[in-house]
Amino acid sequence: MTLEAIPLSELQTPLRKTALNATHRAAKAKMVDFGGWDMPVEYSGLIAEHMAVRSAVGLFDVSHMGDIQLRGPNTLAAVQQLCMNDASKLEVGQAQYSAMLYPNGTFVDDVVVHKLSSNDYLIVINAGTREKDVKWVRQVIGRMSGAHVSDYSDYYTQLAIQGPRALETLQKLTPVDLSAIKNYWFTWGQVCGLHNVMIARTGYTGEDGFEIYIPSDVATSERVWNEVLAAGAEFGILPCGLGARYTLRLESGMALYGHEISDTINVLEAGLGRYAKLDKPEFVGREALLEVQTTGGPKRKLVGLEMIERGIGRDGYPVFTLDGEKIGEITSGSPAPFLKKNIAMAYVPVEHSELNTELAVEIRGQKVKARVIPLPFYKKPKKST
Amino acid sequence: MAYPANYRYTKEHEWIEVDGASGTVGITDYAQSSLGDIVFVDLPKVGDKVEAGKTFGSVESVKAVSDLYAPVSGTVTAVNEELANAPEKINTDANSTWMLKLDLTGGGQADGLLSAEEYEKFISEETGH
Repeated sequence: MTLEAIPLSELQTPLRKTALNATHRAAKAKMVDFGGWDMPVEYSGLIAEHMAVRSAVGLFDVSHMGDIQLRGPNTLAAVQQLCMNDASKLEVGQAQYSAMLYPNGTFVDDVVVHKLSSNDYLIVINAGTREKDVKWVRQVIGRMSGAHVSDYSDYYTQLAIQGPRALETLQKLTPVDLSAIKNYWFTWGQVCGLHNVMIARTGYTGEDGFEIYIPSDVATSERVWNEVLAAGAEFGILPCGLGARYTLRLESGMALYGHEISDTINVLEAGLGRYAKLDKPEFVGREALLEVQTTGGPKRKLVGLEMIERGIGRDGYPVFTLDGEKIGEITSGSPAPFLKKNIAMAYVPVEHSELNTELAVEIRGQKVKARVIPLPFYKKPKKST
Repeated sequence: MAYPANYRYTKEHEWIEVDGASGTVGITDYAQSSLGDIVFVDLPKVGDKVEAGKTFGSVESVKAVSDLYAPVSGTVTAVNEELANAPEKINTDANSTWMLKLDLTGGGQADGLLSAEEYEKFISEETGH
């Protein structure tokens, strides 16, 4: 048999390492090249890690994510020009999902914008697109005075503590009242004895959880990593790799750069129009999106698929109508460990995107039936307490 | 990881146990470990012929799909039906979880395959870089 990893990224750069690389290797995690980063794909096993996050808590090293800080009196105007969501709605301590677009309305990257203070914003970007993003930001706002761009990507170790027991786990390590932080808000406080740690109630798993930003030196990174694992031990915490991160976000119907979003897909096709505030006077990509909207909307649409015959649709597999016409391609596909079925996301022409439409996925030469089902595939249960 | 001395191995990570004119085929512990959680196995039917070095099916984990290669030529006499519902048994015990039984009459010689020792050396070189 041949062993092939999922092609998680197409980018070719020398392998980079987070501060926790030695920790991952010592724990015998399986490592993979992800967007030029030597990252753990799984520790104890993808399914166990996935289930730990759905039912208890998991810990991820997401230090490969990039961090761009914008500062100066003109920063809000710069962020507004750069990102499609409306940053003027943010209060200090609040974050929002957004994206940077090309003039044609396709994606430079999807991002999370954090308002640190009135003239200070942090934009968290994807790992594989870091250099491109930083260049783009400098290009777009380069000539604006009063908005200074800093790439702080290497300054932080970013840890994601995710799952229904994430709050209890992290609460043992900080005096900050974590329950007071609302979803997509953040604050600063002491964590593991470190001062002024940014603690955000954000994540990429479809569960409650937190992301913390600590100094990226190896000793501090390892100490905090181990303290989080110790704090979560009573809940069954597992260190998790990018494999579980992929399946968790897929179940939750969240886009991944290079899959559902790229420089060939526009925001409206991706179903992310609600984050593109076309009533803002100006942002890069706005004209193109308005044009799409006033000429009948997008021609293709991102749909959720459930395999209804035996087979697993995976990234890149072609999608057909039952009559045999090729209409699209799977962008992400995998067995869903929690839902226990085989799911995928794919772009198909709008006329084939109706719920319950039956389509066929070609799996190594064989057509296997699938059905269009609603996104997201998984929604976390409402809190019972 | 243990590799039984009475098995023979392919560089594509299958094992075969030959007993007279019959052979039993599975994948190695290294293969199951590299794949991770196995969720799906696609195997031929009884009576199908497999050819040495050619694919006879596939095995899928959550994150990857891999082809299976026949260590020798032969005719399928039995398929491990249990794997349709419990493919994870391969993760639990790759050495004793067989996939196919083959009739090797007029076909397969396991001569060109690796011994346990050679296979262990091969995978240590493969993972050594």
